[in-house]
Amino acid sequence: MAEEFPKPEELIQIEHRPPKTDWMETPINIRKGMYCYASNPKSVEYVGLPNARPWNPLEDDWHLPENWQQIIHEGFKERLERFRSFKIFMDICVRCGACADKCHYFIGTGDPKNMPVLRAELLRSVYRNDFTRAGKILGKINGARPMSLDVLKEWWYYLFQCSECRRCSVFCPYGIDTAEITIMGRELLNLIGLNIDWIATPVANCYRTGNHLGIQPHAFKDMLDFFVDDIEEITGVRVEPQFNKKGADILFITPSGDVFADPGTYTAMGYMMLFHFLQEKYGFDITWSTYASEGGNFGFFTSHETMKRLNSKMYAEAKRLGVKWILGGECGHMWRVINQYMDTMNGPTDFLEEPVSPITGTKFENAKSTKMVHITEFTADLIKHGKLDLDPSRNDHLKVTYHDSCNPSRGMGLFDEPRYVIQNVCNHFYEMPANTIRENTFCCGSGTGLNAGQNMELRLTGGLPRANAVKYVHEKYGVNMLSCVCAIDRAALPALMEYWVPEVDVTGVHELVANALNLEGQNDRPTDLRGEDLPGREVDSEEETDE
Amino acid sequence: MNSRYMFSLVAVIVLFLIAWAGTAIGLQVVFGIIIPYIAIILFIAGFAYRVMNWSQSAVPFRIPTTGGQHKSLPWFEHAKFDSPVTRWQVVVRMALEILTFRSLFRNTRMRLKEGSKISFQLEIFLWVGALAFHYAFLTVLIRHLRFFLEPVPFLVQLIENVDSFFRIEILYPFIQFGLPGVFLSGLVLLIAVTYLFARRLFIPQVRYISLASDYFPLFLIFGIAFTGIYMRYIAKIDVAAAKELTMGLVTFRPAIPEGVGAVFYIHLFFVSILLAYFPFSKLMHLGGIFLSPTRNLTTDTRARRHINPWNYPVPVHTYEEYEDEFRGKMIEAGLPVDKMPAEKPAEEEPPAEESKPVEEEKKE
Repeated sequence: MAEEFPKPEELIQIEHRPPKTDWMETPINIRKGMYCYASNPKSVEYVGLPNARPWNPLEDDWHLPENWQQIIHEGFKERLERFRSFKIFMDICVRCGACADKCHYFIGTGDPKNMPVLRAELLRSVYRNDFTRAGKILGKINGARPMSLDVLKEWWYYLFQCSECRRCSVFCPYGIDTAEITIMGRELLNLIGLNIDWIATPVANCYRTGNHLGIQPHAFKDMLDFFVDDIEEITGVRVEPQFNKKGADILFITPSGDVFADPGTYTAMGYMMLFHFLQEKYGFDITWSTYASEGGNFGFFTSHETMKRLNSKMYAEAKRLGVKWILGGECGHMWRVINQYMDTMNGPTDFLEEPVSPITGTKFENAKSTKMVHITEFTADLIKHGKLDLDPSRNDHLKVTYHDSCNPSRGMGLFDEPRYVIQNVCNHFYEMPANTIRENTFCCGSGTGLNAGQNMELRLTGGLPRANAVKYVHEKYGVNMLSCVCAIDRAALPALMEYWVPEVDVTGVHELVANALNLEGQNDRPTDLRGEDLPGREVDSEEETDE
Repeated sequence: MNSRYMFSLVAVIVLFLIAWAGTAIGLQVVFGIIIPYIAIILFIAGFAYRVMNWSQSAVPFRIPTTGGQHKSLPWFEHAKFDSPVTRWQVVVRMALEILTFRSLFRNTRMRLKEGSKISFQLEIFLWVGALAFHYAFLTVLIRHLRFFLEPVPFLVQLIENVDSFFRIEILYPFIQFGLPGVFLSGLVLLIAVTYLFARRLFIPQVRYISLASDYFPLFLIFGIAFTGIYMRYIAKIDVAAAKELTMGLVTFRPAIPEGVGAVFYIHLFFVSILLAYFPFSKLMHLGGIFLSPTRNLTTDTRARRHINPWNYPVPVHTYEEYEDEFRGKMIEAGLPVDKMPAEKPAEEEPPAEESKPVEEEKKE
């Protein structure tokens, strides 16, 4: 965080009253801390997306292609035909305002253009002008305006201040989903090369190396090998992950963020320990892939086509390796893509089998076509059947709450599985207030590729409603651990917590599972996966908490 | 103070004057016959066009908003109507949405308390107001079937009776046959419209987003309700004559009866404008809600494959290309490879070091 950054007490003084000037008359002010840097042309070029060039949002001239207005207009038209959602959502909003204070970015910033309705109106105003007669005739009075450079800049600025969390769509009486509008808007922007680099470069990386971080195969293996050493140090057990193994029963895919940075790494270690336990005890045969080494999909934040291109690796790799089905790790938007898009885009998957847990025999009927199971579904089933040897007291130093990640919540409906798992591996679990969890959950403030360092003010203000709810349970119950099933959460929430509720740490669910999981031949386990001493279990004979 | 609301207000006043002046100069045929016919044609054709137009757009992906626990393992209680998986569950979800405005019922209001606590309280007024408005409108609409059907169906009479159970005991000296029942629906409609207008005016955020096209129907409906109430309780127009005209319209034997005052024509003109305006405005949310993809689709997206009619093949980075680029490193790291290098490692791959995307430090 930059030094001049305001203190929490200052940042929370939010003015929610809109300005005096009409929103169409209020000029765009692209403010530092609220936006991400422009896409690197090399990344845009690498995946063959159009109009790659260096440009800077702060400069007047964005070096747009000459016919950019035509490109936008035609792209708009095409999408209205291709997506009924887009057309309907352009047409039927009555501006009742129910969505206004549902958006975490509006709550946190007070900027009226962060009200979902107004964010959508940014596009609707152009839609009315370009595609409706009433808009053409009545013009501004009816909320229509022609596309201009200023409008375009407004689009760019505010469409990258929406994390497609769909919270507004829960409250909209017509189910208007701003995520859908943002998705279309970003697609249009990408037609003229206006992406942010925090998305464009991971996309290019993922296309080439299989993951957003650009981790090459040998390095990917190295990183997991490093975890193997860590796990051995902490538990005394040496796990043996399998890579790119042909003929394995199951392919495992999880976001690369968890391989790369704390605290996600502990979740990755958690997976490895769980798989090891199952392998030793039940002969579980699962493989990681270096080619499909990314669960997340920043293509989803670029365009439907890019999403499909990146997602294709999952099925392609499952086919190549000849596995029976795919197990997916903890990730947010990854699961929206898998749940609502993957099978349609890259299916059908006749080369896979309907997923059955090889340990419990449970058929995952709800995944019988897509053939991909969420790890909390898988683990919940193991726990239900008593297949895991758990000692939840190893999580007794934690008072845990659970953050529902947007996409698994409102794009999938995954609510009870993670809670079931957590409650079986932890003794102290507390829910945040009902208006901030489950389908009402608040975004971490950094979703859809907005988890950069440059837009920290946006992230901290957008994450405020979430942080405020955490603070509530922290003060009320002494909660000190915020669990989640999303890698972006694990990357983004620590900064949010550090700013708003510094006493609370962030964890993945499978880190908690692994803390509780007893492995055959383990040591006394005096520490948790982070190497922190467990109270009451401190060093009997040995002192080994070095990192 | 607000040009958008003034614009709409002036528009409705102008419409009022047009109808008033029109009847004054004897254009009853225009306002009583021609315009209503045009309006109804525009309404039906326009509505059908809009719905067909929406239907022509594809539904490439199944993107329902899941508002509750999905159907997964048997011991987790499935939220049937928030994450519906069968057609019937979707029907129930849609019915709850359309008949009870369920999503709006969830509405909360955010408050920043003591400068640092954010709270969310149930905000029920919009839901109550919207429900009152729509149901009052529906009741008024059904009541008006009396003017278009002969004999008046039992259902219409029943609704009239229920609607007018509330009788105000004001004794006018010149009342002939007891007291006319006061139709609650008309009053509720007027009050609800006033409320919906007031919140656009007084809630700063809602005022900020409101367009002329948001105020216009409110003023228009206010005008309709007001002229209707005026005719019934104050002007006490000749209902039989009015019905003669409306029956003429529906039986395609239009005629202009004597003794129907200007207010009636203004009322009819407002209704005609509303009908004609309907398909080309936000009022089409009536039709759109049925087609809303976040509500009307099943959520069993992993169990049943959805077909995208325009799905097309895309360029992908194949495993072969990947292995060709990294084969050497993979072998060195002990990772299995599909093709062992025969003579020389593949060099002709385009993504050489220069074109390689910049690596970033910390990213998910």
